[in-house]
Amino acid sequence: MDVFNLEAMLQELQQEMGEKLEIDEDAFFTYLKIDAQDLPALMETLRQRYGFNHLANLCAVDYEEEFELVYHLYSIPDNYKVAVKVRVSRNKAELPSIMDIYPTADWQEREAYDLMGISFQGHPNLVRILLPDDFAGHPLRKDFKKEG
Amino acid sequence: MLQTDQYIINIGPQHPSTHGGLHVEALMDGENVVDAIVHLGYVHRSIEKIAESRTYPQFVPYASRLDYLASHLPTLGYCQAVEKMMGIEVPERAEYLRVIMAEFSRISSHLIFIGSMAIDLGATTGLIYCLRDRERIMDMFEMTSGQRMIASYMRIGGIAEDVPETFYAAARSFLDDLPQMIDEYNGLITGNEILQCRIKGVGTLSAEDAIAYGVTGPNLRACGIDYDIRKAEPYGIYDRFEFDVPLGTKGDSWNRYIVRLEEIKESARIIEQALDALPQGDIRTKVPRVLKPESGWEIYHRIESSKGELGYYIVADGGNKPYRLHVRAPSFINLMVLPIISRGGKLQDIIANIATLDPVLGESDR
Amino acid sequence: MEHWFTDIAQALVNWLMGLGLSAGWADFVLLIVQWLCIVMIVTINVIILIWLERKVSGFIQLRLGPNRLGPYGAFQTIADAIKLLTKEDIIPSRTDKWIFMTAPLFFIVVSVMLYAVIPMGDGMQVVDFNVGLLYFISIGSLSTICLLMAGWGSNNKWSMLGAMRAVAQMISYEIPLAISLLGVVMIAGSLRLSDIVVAQGNIWFVLLQPIAFITYFIAATAELNRGPFDMPEAEQELTAGAYTEYTGMRWALFFLAEYTNLVAVSALCATMFFGGWQGPGLPSWLWIIIKTYLIMLVFMWMKWTFPRIRMDHLMSFSWKILLPVSLANLVLTGFGLEFFKWMGWW
Repeated sequence: MDVFNLEAMLQELQQEMGEKLEIDEDAFFTYLKIDAQDLPALMETLRQRYGFNHLANLCAVDYEEEFELVYHLYSIPDNYKVAVKVRVSRNKAELPSIMDIYPTADWQEREAYDLMGISFQGHPNLVRILLPDDFAGHPLRKDFKKEG
Repeated sequence: MLQTDQYIINIGPQHPSTHGGLHVEALMDGENVVDAIVHLGYVHRSIEKIAESRTYPQFVPYASRLDYLASHLPTLGYCQAVEKMMGIEVPERAEYLRVIMAEFSRISSHLIFIGSMAIDLGATTGLIYCLRDRERIMDMFEMTSGQRMIASYMRIGGIAEDVPETFYAAARSFLDDLPQMIDEYNGLITGNEILQCRIKGVGTLSAEDAIAYGVTGPNLRACGIDYDIRKAEPYGIYDRFEFDVPLGTKGDSWNRYIVRLEEIKESARIIEQALDALPQGDIRTKVPRVLKPESGWEIYHRIESSKGELGYYIVADGGNKPYRLHVRAPSFINLMVLPIISRGGKLQDIIANIATLDPVLGESDR
Repeated sequence: MEHWFTDIAQALVNWLMGLGLSAGWADFVLLIVQWLCIVMIVTINVIILIWLERKVSGFIQLRLGPNRLGPYGAFQTIADAIKLLTKEDIIPSRTDKWIFMTAPLFFIVVSVMLYAVIPMGDGMQVVDFNVGLLYFISIGSLSTICLLMAGWGSNNKWSMLGAMRAVAQMISYEIPLAISLLGVVMIAGSLRLSDIVVAQGNIWFVLLQPIAFITYFIAATAELNRGPFDMPEAEQELTAGAYTEYTGMRWALFFLAEYTNLVAVSALCATMFFGGWQGPGLPSWLWIIIKTYLIMLVFMWMKWTFPRIRMDHLMSFSWKILLPVSLANLVLTGFGLEFFKWMGWW
């Protein structure tokens, strides 16, 4: 790929993924919205074919019924950016781990598990990272009772 | 054959050289490290949860407490993130003063890095010399914000207060004395044979690993990858300044040290240019008393902090408080490679590696 | 002034014999008095040394050092000693009690024993062995065992690591230390320390044996566990190494012993290389004090400037550099001596 073209990439992806991929954008980012089971495939494509080698940020947001996982991707050194969003339901908060595609997801997924209670399937060591192991609950959930 | 056992040794959380509450569980074979496991969370204050119950301007002092060694940088990142989301313009003078403060913060953070690395390697005196010079920066911060370490000087839409007249002279004289200070560090620390033996070729991180594990900042540049957010995605007015990005070649502890030492000089260059070009004018735009970004707005804004890529992900819900605020902490991500670079080394190398990765636990645990 | 102390000793012996004691008993009493004096010297020296170390490190680090109690903070150490004496003596429950408790005592005893052979002035030597140097080196190496006791008895991994480091380091450095001193012995033709001092009447051995002096100095630093070779303690890595579990006076005894060793090794250095108590004008005992303190200042200077060396570098430095160099020095000295004799200059 000689010159990177975001539009071309989006078109290609839309063609390949079809209905499964929903593209949205605001002033700062282009968001690729996708279902949980298709996430690893999309990430693999983004990394291998389009050179998004830097997973800058992985974070979960609690939207009452659903959790949204946001992955902010950059490419070093070309510096293109894209964000991937995945929604999972509150009752079944699980999605595949992308640790073997982006090793940096290791601790970030553990953090999301620790603070938001999202379980990443395929993560080899999904244990609490910031809170003690015997802590009850996930503090960043909106229904977590605050004390004091 | 002599029968030997491997044993586990706990470095921290109560240990002189873990820079706060870091706990490294090292599996040892004599003096050799077989594996290391990092345990975090001893300084966890759940700042992200606190943010959800504070209004946008109220969060600034909390941001200060993330990276308390360079407190202007996390506050700068937060304020810029909110401004970007709300479309707030910052006056010229404030932009320049922000750059000056941010770069002074970077210098002070790197001075602490050099000093604490020296003391972690046993050279107690190195720390004192770095602290002496950092104290002059702290004096400048006190002059401008009334606080030395956690200054909370940035505001959404500008800065808290204009600098006093005495600040310019203090800043200029610090910049004038900087080459002399660096000569002193070179004499006392850089040039020391024992120190070079201790960190050359130790804790080598390959460029591929560095990118794969999301390492950023001086640690990434020590691997020879030219990636500085100030250049790659200039925020504020960084595109107006001329400066170089120091690079390493091998990615070992020595490169990480040298890169930071060189970065001090580059930061000084930026400050010099900013002081020369500093315009007169307002220091804050009029910002609505109650900030209410519209529901569904979200932003990921990142700056080059002294530790690496410091990002803020903010989601708004139409209220005056963030719906969700996530901090992408460079120290947190950078620490992930500690086991990788420590394996196969000596016990003493773990200490050197922690020192040269330069984590701040307040930021890493949040 | 020159003979103050020897005169006092002579007067004491005369007075005892005047009371009707036999010469043997009088000498025995004198010996006890001498030992008491040594313990006093050691204690006073340590009080001065700790103050000096803090002052010197303060000046190196742009600080003032202790400056509240007494002139220039001179009484700070006394206040510290009182604090340490009144502190609780904690013996952790999982320790090997006897080994844990006796290690600091053995350490200090071994250190004080070193003083028996050091010539502290003209005729001021408790015992003038004909194998004084050998005695010094062999007693000096006993402190290894005390550190191992401390590390083993503490039942703590940090302590154990520190103790293992201490043993590895001190045994490795004893060899170059002894061999570097052999060059001096060859020139002086005696292991008796007073003979070695007298042999330096014309020229100090540091000029004849510069390589030996350097190897001795480095190996002695390692023997003393001082920076940059303070591996057994290694505060930034092993928290406090072999001393991790010690508190109060037991902990202080280790430091007492370390400073005692420092004085002894520096005094030996002055004796072997800098003409011992010989010097113009001033009395002999003052000369050795001056020389010893100057050497100790160099030790302090080194400690407060250098980072700590890594364990494997430390070992390879001893076996691959110091040992061959000191052996080569020994061979060179032998050839040199023969050459001088052949030329008729010796």
